[in-house]
Formats: sequence, structure tokens, C-alpha cells
Amino acid sequence: MEKILVGLKRVVDYNVRVRVKNDGSGIETDGVKMSINPFDEIALEEALRIKERGEASEVIVISVGPSEAQQQLRTGLAMGADRAILVESATPVDPLSVARIFKTIIDRDGIDLVLLGKQAIDNDNSQTAQMLAAIWGRPQATFASQIDMQGDKARVTREVDVGLEVIEIDLPAVISVDLRLNEPRYVKLPDIMKAKKKPLDQVALDEFDIESAPAIKELTFEPPAERERGVMVNDVAGLVAALKDKGLA
Amino acid sequence: MSKVLVVAEHDGSVLNPSVAKVVACAASIDSAEIEVVVLASNVGAIAQEAAQLEHVSRVLTIERPENDYAIAAVLAPQIVAMCSDYTHVFGPSSTYGKDVMPQVAALLGVNQVSDIMAVIDSHTFKRPVYAGSGLATVETPADSIVIGTVRIASYSSVAEGNSASIESVDVAVELPTHTRFIELKSGASDRPDLQTSAKVVAGGRALGSEDNFELIYKLADKLGAAVGASRAAVDAGYVPNEVQVGQTGKIIAPDLYIAIGISGAIQHLTGIKDAGTIVAINKDEEAPIFEVADIGLVADLFNAVPELTEALD
Ligand SMILES: Cc1cc2nc3c(=O)[nH]c(=O)nc-3n(C[C@H](O)[C@H](O)[C@H](O)COP(=O)(O)OP(=O)(O)OC[C@H]3O[C@@H](n4cnc5c(N)ncnc54)[C@H](O)[C@@H]3O)c2cc1C
Ligand SMILES: Nc1ncnc2c1ncn2[C@@H]1O[C@H](COP(=O)(O)O)[C@@H](O)[C@H]1O
Repeated sequence: MEKILVGLKRVVDYNVRVRVKNDGSGIETDGVKMSINPFDEIALEEALRIKERGEASEVIVISVGPSEAQQQLRTGLAMGADRAILVESATPVDPLSVARIFKTIIDRDGIDLVLLGKQAIDNDNSQTAQMLAAIWGRPQATFASQIDMQGDKARVTREVDVGLEVIEIDLPAVISVDLRLNEPRYVKLPDIMKAKKKPLDQVALDEFDIESAPAIKELTFEPPAERERGVMVNDVAGLVAALKDKGLA
Repeated sequence: MSKVLVVAEHDGSVLNPSVAKVVACAASIDSAEIEVVVLASNVGAIAQEAAQLEHVSRVLTIERPENDYAIAAVLAPQIVAMCSDYTHVFGPSSTYGKDVMPQVAALLGVNQVSDIMAVIDSHTFKRPVYAGSGLATVETPADSIVIGTVRIASYSSVAEGNSASIESVDVAVELPTHTRFIELKSGASDRPDLQTSAKVVAGGRALGSEDNFELIYKLADKLGAAVGASRAAVDAGYVPNEVQVGQTGKIIAPDLYIAIGISGAIQHLTGIKDAGTIVAINKDEEAPIFEVADIGLVADLFNAVPELTEALD
């Protein structure tokens, strides 16, 4: 296998407690720490391990997003990716259009394996990988917790609601990764220096000749109904009494 | 008028309880006509079950050997081939629905509304974003088909007792063989199902070992409850992946949820927001779980849990 493409989305760091803006127009992102979508870091780690085992020769990271997404791509390069592509768009791009952009890159660069996160933790859509597989007409393995490359095939263990499902897919293919696949490496300072010299291609979104998909409009945002802090009991007897009180024991 | 096609999740022989909830969501669209499609290698019993669901006017079946296992690349083109009459196609926001529905959307050239938790009107929905830290009201384009997955925990099952007609349909599409099912490893237990049980007892990292999880099982058995866990407990190998509760695990809405030795990270809490009563047992009084718990007990679980199990006799 030659080339692996990994999607890196720039999202609000998972440790940030996000808030809905007071006017309901969106989520407060000013001055908030941004990071690589955690699932995408796992996707990249897996791609790097596959390459390090000699089962692939190039790892390409791609992000569709604002110019600041360069930071996440640089982190990806520091982790070990060979080159990066930034498809620049100041406004968010819908999943089907992202899938179509990836498809264009696949056709242009000849990609054998696409590794994406199982979901982006901002919109929690969980659809880009599946959409890409559908329009590409290639296999998908979603929610992967183990990937064994076997030449022109891969055996993938998927975390599904009833347990673990093992499937075999022919390459090229799309895999979306789950949290238990691996533990991403930390980047070291010398790698960050080295990453500055690696190629990062910047392309404007409108240079892509893709059919624009009708986006789903986000009209308003509201905070979820808050749960009230309840009562504290002093001991197990108090707990049992409280449960009985509610008819739960 | 809206005409909704519901894609029926099943395990090859039994209809999944998610279907009755997806139908409930579809039924909340004004004057919607609802039909269910069952894709299986043996549709008989599954279709029978679907036909009993209230609000369903017709069950369509596609019986093909290729539909023996749910493979998205096999199911999606069949659904696409038969959905031109519909204004909406809905599936559950389970791993089954999440796997196949976006493929249907992409093949139809539209985006998907993921995790519908409320219907405002036929093209306007509410859905959670940022692990439920925000609820977005979204609008799909007026002139295109709506493809959506339904957040199961937001809906109560429709009643049974209906007897909709069952019709088989032929779709002449060629199906790929590039994806092959090998095996399913399931920690199938006799315990109540996590997603539908009225009571859930969940353990976290604090349990410390697979053996210690026995404490959770004993309490759960006493209560007739299902067992859940935090991601940390699953990662550490104390319990299998299918019992994880949260953003990347299961989103549940039991009447009673008892969180034991779980700190209450936002990704965990997003899985239990709709629980009736949340009970937390944690030795750290500052643990965030207490901010959402209806009943909190600051205690060492290794003392409190056996005592509680005992006291519930
Ligand atoms: C993208 C992403 C998705 C995630 N998805 C999920 C998800 O779906 N579900 C999920 O659960 N997590 C998820 N997480 C992980 C989440 O952030 C937390 O790390 C995890 O929930 C912590 O699990 P825990 O509460 O068991 O462990 P900890 O946070 O370590 O908490 C252990 C708790 O036990 C208490 N304790 C220790 N000893 C005792 C004792 N003897 N008696 C009583 N209490 C004791 C401690 O005070 C502490 O509060 C996700 C994280 C990311 C980044
Ligand atoms: N704008 C983007 N840039 C790079 N990768 C993306 C982008 N959007 C989605 N992806 C990839 O697709 C996965 C699933 O995203 P989503 O379907 O939005 O939940 C993410 O984890 C990424 O790997």
C-alpha cells in the first residue's frame, strides 16, 4: 500500500466546557483552546504505525477549515505525517462537501486508505467517513478499535452496540476510528522544528470543482436543560430511604 | 404531506427496540404517513413485529441473501433504490443507523440530520452538539429529501397492536462484495439490556479491576438493573465495550441511574442527561457528578456498595 490520507478537523479542545452564546447565535469559541479532533489524532497515530511497520509509504493529513487549521496540520506533521493539505474556508463546510473534497484529493493523489475520526466532537455528526465511502464506491469500516492490514485487504474490529464485530474489507477503503484503537504519541520539540520544513499545501475551497451540497442550516442554539443539584445523604441508610421515597427501591 | 420511510434495525431475527422509537419520532411530524422497510435474508418474523407498531401503515421487505449481515455498502443502495416516494428516511442513531444512513444521504446528494431529539416541523429539528452542551435547531432544505437518525433516548416507544400490511419489494441493484462479515464477539449476558432497562448501575475507574466489578453486578442483580460503565472502566478492561455510557458509548434514559466511582466527565454525563433519578456514590465530595446527581453519597464504594446491596433485601 502506498498512501494513507488522514482527516484532521480543528475543533474546540475536548477539555473546554463549551457554552452557548447568550443570544443563541452559536457556541462561544472566542479565545477558546482549539485542538485536533481527538478521534482524528487516533486516526493519524494508526496511519503512522501502519507506515512504521512498512505497510504504507506516505501519510498525508488534510483539513478543511479556516487558515488557523494550519496549527493542527503542523501538529500532525510533527507527529510524523509526511505532508499536509489545507483546504481553506472561513465558514464551516458541510460533511457531504468535505467528503467530496476528500474524493477529489483521492482521485488526484491516488489514495489507498482513508482514516477519519468516527465523529467530530463539535457537531457530533458522524457521517463524513460513511459519505466518502458511498460516493467513492469503496468499503467502509466504521468505529474501528483494531485494524490489521493484510496486503490488499484489511481486517477491522468495530465497536458496535452489541459488542465487537469483525469485518474484512478490500482496499482502497475508508475506516473511521474509535477511541480504543490506540494511544496517540506526544510530539517532541525537535519534531515540531522538523515539521516546519515539511510541505503544507494551501488551497482555497472555491478552487475545488465540487457540486455544492445543500447545507443544513443552524437556526438557533440553546443550552440544555440543566439538571439541579439534588440532596446529599449521609450514609447508606439515608440513600436507601431516599430511594424508597422515590419508589425506586 | 410527509411520507416517512423508517429503516428497521434488527439482528437477523428480532426487531430492535429502537424501531418503535424511530416510529415515535416520525409520528411527531404533522400528519405523516409512516412505512417501515426491513432488509434481511429472512424477513418473516422481523416484518411481523414491525407490522404491529402503532402508526405504521405498511411494512416493506427486501429479502436477499446479501442482507444476512448489516453491511452499509450493501444496504444503502437498496434503500436509495426504493425511497423516491418518500419525503423522509429515518433510522436509529445506533451503530446500525450511524453506519448506513449517511451512505443513503450521500448517495442522494444531501446531508444528514444526526441525532434528532425533537421535531419542530417537517424540515426543522432539534439536535445536540458538543456532547449535548448545546442544542441546535436546524433546518433542512425545503426541496430535498430529509435523511435523519433519531436519538433513541429522546423518544418513548409507540404502542403495539397494529396490523399493517406487509409487502415485499424487488430492487434491481447490483451489490458490492468488497466488504465481508467475519464474526461478532458479543459479551451477551442474561442481564437486562442497557439501552432499554429502567434501572442501570454503572461503575467507573475506581472499581480498579474486573474482579471488583462483581460489586456492581451484585447490586445490579439486586435491583434488576442493567450494568453500565465509564470509558475509563472499559479502557482498563474491567468490562466489555458495549456497556460504555456516554458521548462515544450509549446514550440512555433509565428511570434510575446509579454512578459508582465515576467522576462525571462531560462526555459521560451526555449519556445520562435524560435519566429520571441520578444517584452518585463517590469518595470525593468535589466530583462533578454531584452537580447533576439527585441523590449523592460521599463514601468509599468498597464499603458503601456491599452495604447498599445488603440493605436492599
Ligand atoms: C472524545 C472523547 C470521548 C469520550 N467519551 C466518553 C464516553 O462515552 N463515556 C465516558 O464515560 N467517558 C468518555 N470519555 C472520557 C471522559 O473524559 C473521562 O475520562 C471518563 O469518563 C472518566 O471515567 P471515570 O469517571 O471512571 O474515571 P475518573 O475520572 O478517574 O474518576 C474516578 C472517580 O472515582 C472516584 N473514586 C476513586 N476511588 C473511589 C472509591 N474507593 N470509592 C468511591 N469513589 C472513588 C474518584 O473520586 C473519581 O471521581 C471521552 C473522552 C474523550 C476525549
Ligand atoms: N473539515 C474537516 N476537515 C478535516 N477532516 C474532517 C472535516 N470534517 C470531518 N472530517 C473528518 O471526518 C470525521 C467525522 O466527522 P463528522 O462526520 O463531521 O462527525 C472527523 O473525525 C474527521 O476525521
